[in-house]
Amino acid sequence: MTAEELNISGLLELYVAGVLSEKENVEITELIAGNAELQAEVVEIENAIRKLTSSVAPHEAKSFNQIQNQLIDSEPEEEHRIQPTEKTGTPWISYLGWAASFLLGAAFLYQLTQTNVLKEQNAQLESQNDLLVQQVSSKTADLQQVNDFIEFTNQDGIIQVPLDGQANFNNTYARVFWDQTRDQVYIDASGLPEPPEGKEYQVWSLALNPLSPTSIGMLNNFTDGNKIFVLDNANPSQAFGITLEPTGGSESPTMEQLYTLGVV
Amino acid sequence: MELEQVVIAFQKKDKAAFEQLYSMYKQSLFGVIYGIVKDDALAEEVLNDVFVKAWKKSHQYTAKKGRIFTWLLNISRNAAIDKVRSKSYRNSKKNLDSSIFVNIIETHDKTAQHIDIQYVKSVLQTLKEKCISVLELIYFKGYTQREVSEELEIPLGTVKTRNRNCVKELREMLVGA
Repeated sequence: MTAEELNISGLLELYVAGVLSEKENVEITELIAGNAELQAEVVEIENAIRKLTSSVAPHEAKSFNQIQNQLIDSEPEEEHRIQPTEKTGTPWISYLGWAASFLLGAAFLYQLTQTNVLKEQNAQLESQNDLLVQQVSSKTADLQQVNDFIEFTNQDGIIQVPLDGQANFNNTYARVFWDQTRDQVYIDASGLPEPPEGKEYQVWSLALNPLSPTSIGMLNNFTDGNKIFVLDNANPSQAFGITLEPTGGSESPTMEQLYTLGVV
Repeated sequence: MELEQVVIAFQKKDKAAFEQLYSMYKQSLFGVIYGIVKDDALAEEVLNDVFVKAWKKSHQYTAKKGRIFTWLLNISRNAAIDKVRSKSYRNSKKNLDSSIFVNIIETHDKTAQHIDIQYVKSVLQTLKEKCISVLELIYFKGYTQREVSEELEIPLGTVKTRNRNCVKELREMLVGA
């Protein structure tokens, strides 16, 4: 800022009022120092403000003599007060100071650790919460499916076909609910064990004379959910069978792995 | 003696120099303090404390941070504001919201005043209302630009210009006072 800019900026008026920052004050003092015009301007402003403020004084202030006594009184008192403090007071005040700062530091570290612990706990709870939200949403979907299933089985004209366990798998079972009007089957596979890795259950529609199987689909994602599956079936089925096949299914059923079978 | 030398001598605890500063500034600072505490005896007490404090702490003044008047002005304002905030003062239930100038111009016994003070008062009465409020906040209460802007609800940039124009107007009116 040039001297001219400063002169008209309005900053000199605020400088005299003492309401600028320390940095601004120092800058302005430096600019004024080398400029007689600015110095005169500041003196003029100060004089105007002194007159303005003096006009508010209710009467003439006390004379200097009246306060002079207090200056004399205050001087020795102040010196005596300071010196002993420096000699005798310093050690323990200093120790106290160190102790206080140590405590403060320790408290700060403790707080910092606590904050981190809480942050971690918070993150854990958040991920648990996410998981629960997912689970709830998945259970809701399952429940919907069960409701659909119940609704489906209550309809008229639904053919229920129990599939019994075969040969080595005689402790297993399944049920087929066939809606011929919609060409849909619901498979309740809750009586089948979880398929081993790399294997999936395949559902077959069978014609009996001659015996000819037609695949109607896989029981995908067997381990998820409630073991109720919906498949399309437009075949003139006479029986249904479920075999365990390599993932993706086979062209024809592997008879050694025929788990359940039932005739319509 | 130039003001600079007076200040240097004052900082070296020269009583004559201090007396000179006292005579120069006592009325002005008395006015500032009275404007804030609005009580004659209390204002005298605070003014007294301000000069005793200035004498004790003279080493704290540095010329590069501003004028000696400004330094004393700040001490006065702070002391007066502290007094107003004190419990004993608050119990006396003074009306702090009233304008500094309006009451004072109207209520003082004019015969007790110097002629030039009477003149300044008549000048103040002709100053615009918006000047009165800005001068009051900045010089008596020590408000920063931002605080004035918030208090008077005017843009920050306007504060500096308005204050400058008001001081200018005051100076023009005071020529010869």
